[in-house]
Amino acid sequence: MAAATPTPAAGPQAGGAPSAALVAKLTPLKARYPHAKAAMVPVLRAVQAELGWLGPDTQAWVAQFLGVTALEVHEVVSFYPMLYDKPVGKHVIHVCRTLSCDACGGKELFEHLCSKLGVQRGGTTQDGRFTLKAAECLASCGTAPVVLIDNERHENLTPEQIDRLLEAAQ
Amino acid sequence: MIRETKLLSARFGQPQSWALEGFRKDGGYETWLKVLKDKRPPAELVAEVKASGLKGRGGAGFSTGTKWSFIPKGTTKPVYLCVNGDESEPGTFKDRQILELDPHQLLEGVGLTCYAIGAHTAYLYLRCEFALGLRRLQAALDEAYKAGLFGKNIQGSGFDLEVHTHIGAGAYICGEETSLLNSIEGVRPYPRNKPPFPAVEGLFGCPTIINNVETIANIPHILKRGAAWHAALGNKEDPGSRLWCVSGHVKRRGVWEIETGFRLAELIDSPDFCGGMRPGRKLKAVIPGGSSSRVLLPDEVAVATMDAPGMKQVNSSLGSAGIIVLDDSTDMVDAVLNLMRFYAHESCGQCTPCREGTPWVVKVLERIMSGHGRAEDLDLLLDLADNMEGRTVCALADGACWPLVSIVQKFRAEFLAKIRAPARAAAPAGAGA
Repeated sequence: MAAATPTPAAGPQAGGAPSAALVAKLTPLKARYPHAKAAMVPVLRAVQAELGWLGPDTQAWVAQFLGVTALEVHEVVSFYPMLYDKPVGKHVIHVCRTLSCDACGGKELFEHLCSKLGVQRGGTTQDGRFTLKAAECLASCGTAPVVLIDNERHENLTPEQIDRLLEAAQ
Repeated sequence: MIRETKLLSARFGQPQSWALEGFRKDGGYETWLKVLKDKRPPAELVAEVKASGLKGRGGAGFSTGTKWSFIPKGTTKPVYLCVNGDESEPGTFKDRQILELDPHQLLEGVGLTCYAIGAHTAYLYLRCEFALGLRRLQAALDEAYKAGLFGKNIQGSGFDLEVHTHIGAGAYICGEETSLLNSIEGVRPYPRNKPPFPAVEGLFGCPTIINNVETIANIPHILKRGAAWHAALGNKEDPGSRLWCVSGHVKRRGVWEIETGFRLAELIDSPDFCGGMRPGRKLKAVIPGGSSSRVLLPDEVAVATMDAPGMKQVNSSLGSAGIIVLDDSTDMVDAVLNLMRFYAHESCGQCTPCREGTPWVVKVLERIMSGHGRAEDLDLLLDLADNMEGRTVCALADGACWPLVSIVQKFRAEFLAKIRAPARAAAPAGAGA
């Protein structure tokens, strides 16, 4: 990837352990299941939401929290596209690339973002503000093209509209 | 004449349609409370759903009541319900409407289903991209608990039910029911071999029913109005009212609720629905049931009715009711390449035919697209499909083969024209046969 390696994302403890406040929220999740391990994906998503990504230290923390090995955590993290084992920008943009979006302006929207942000698929801008990813079907085909910015859905987008959304995402 | 039947979508347009107050005003949770109060024998509810003819709305179309009846009688293990809200079949966006616009309808169905199958714990599995759906569902669940509709000894009935939301992390495969179980258990979500079927040995090794969101949303309506009422909706062999998702090159895209048995051409052409193709464009192809169904040509669209027997007649399937309409501006080689990239990306990697086959198909299609196609490539694509279909643990590879083979066969001339055209771009690496 041509883009520079970004600085680890937001959060004072980026790459490390989550805050005490988050841990207090996550602890009751474990009791929802007969085995704490089942809280794996919800816990990883919540930790990632706070720290930006799931580095080796963070994965080790999750392993300890759930009483499993770091390898078991890594097996899961490395499987899912929405769990990041590498640093991402402050804002993550997912553009749907699957057929219904592709046929209705999604391809052009993605190309527009590549040239506007100066990155390729998966890349992060030099200033670390944006990571641009392609996503598979986001289940909003009737309002194509569809984009997630920080996991919130935006529909029927034109290049002008997404420019405004990016300006708003400081 | 095609017309809407608003059962599942009846409340979608109301202000705050997701809140408990309006739901209860419209009679919501009355069926749930009545079942609890009357202490209905669970077997009666299973029989009612079986007799209603309801088929699963997730794609496979299996009889819901029959699935429920597979829970072993007198099991001493806990029984679980998992609701599949991993909606990610390309072209499908109906479950999201229920989650965002009427989550209490789903929750009432969850209560009734758990009661019928003897489950005291339910997990509602949502893909993490459904941020709004999750917020609305979680808020609805909190409201329902507060109102004493779930929890311990609900309304003094002696029936306990804990309902939890659970999110995924962006993998299509997790919509496969045994993959979903592994996803919840916190291991790599590889699909499991069947048997044992989940109804016998599912989540945490216990009897488990996995049903799609729309399937569960039907349950309160069926148990309120009766099996005979439901069985009389739409096509007799495949009854009910479904949420149909239309995307692609029509004037109006969206979700409409219609009883099965209508004509696909009418949905596309009617000014009350899609309003026809975009100006100056003609219909070229329709993928009728989510991307994992066989493509239809205009003459097949003209005669196709939207029910299981009607789709069988044109050798396709209703799947998840995701209708993708493509006009004559579409390059079908590019379109199938788009879909095959999806399957290659989403293949979990467990089975060799799918893990190796789907990217290989992509490479061959890329070669054809770049103008470097070979005369034998069409046979190679069909051969690859032959070596994937039916040779894997789950149906993902089958789902890739159906659109692939049908598009190669029905648009053969388009592939051949590209193969015969002079090379236009540098050959992509690694596409060797």
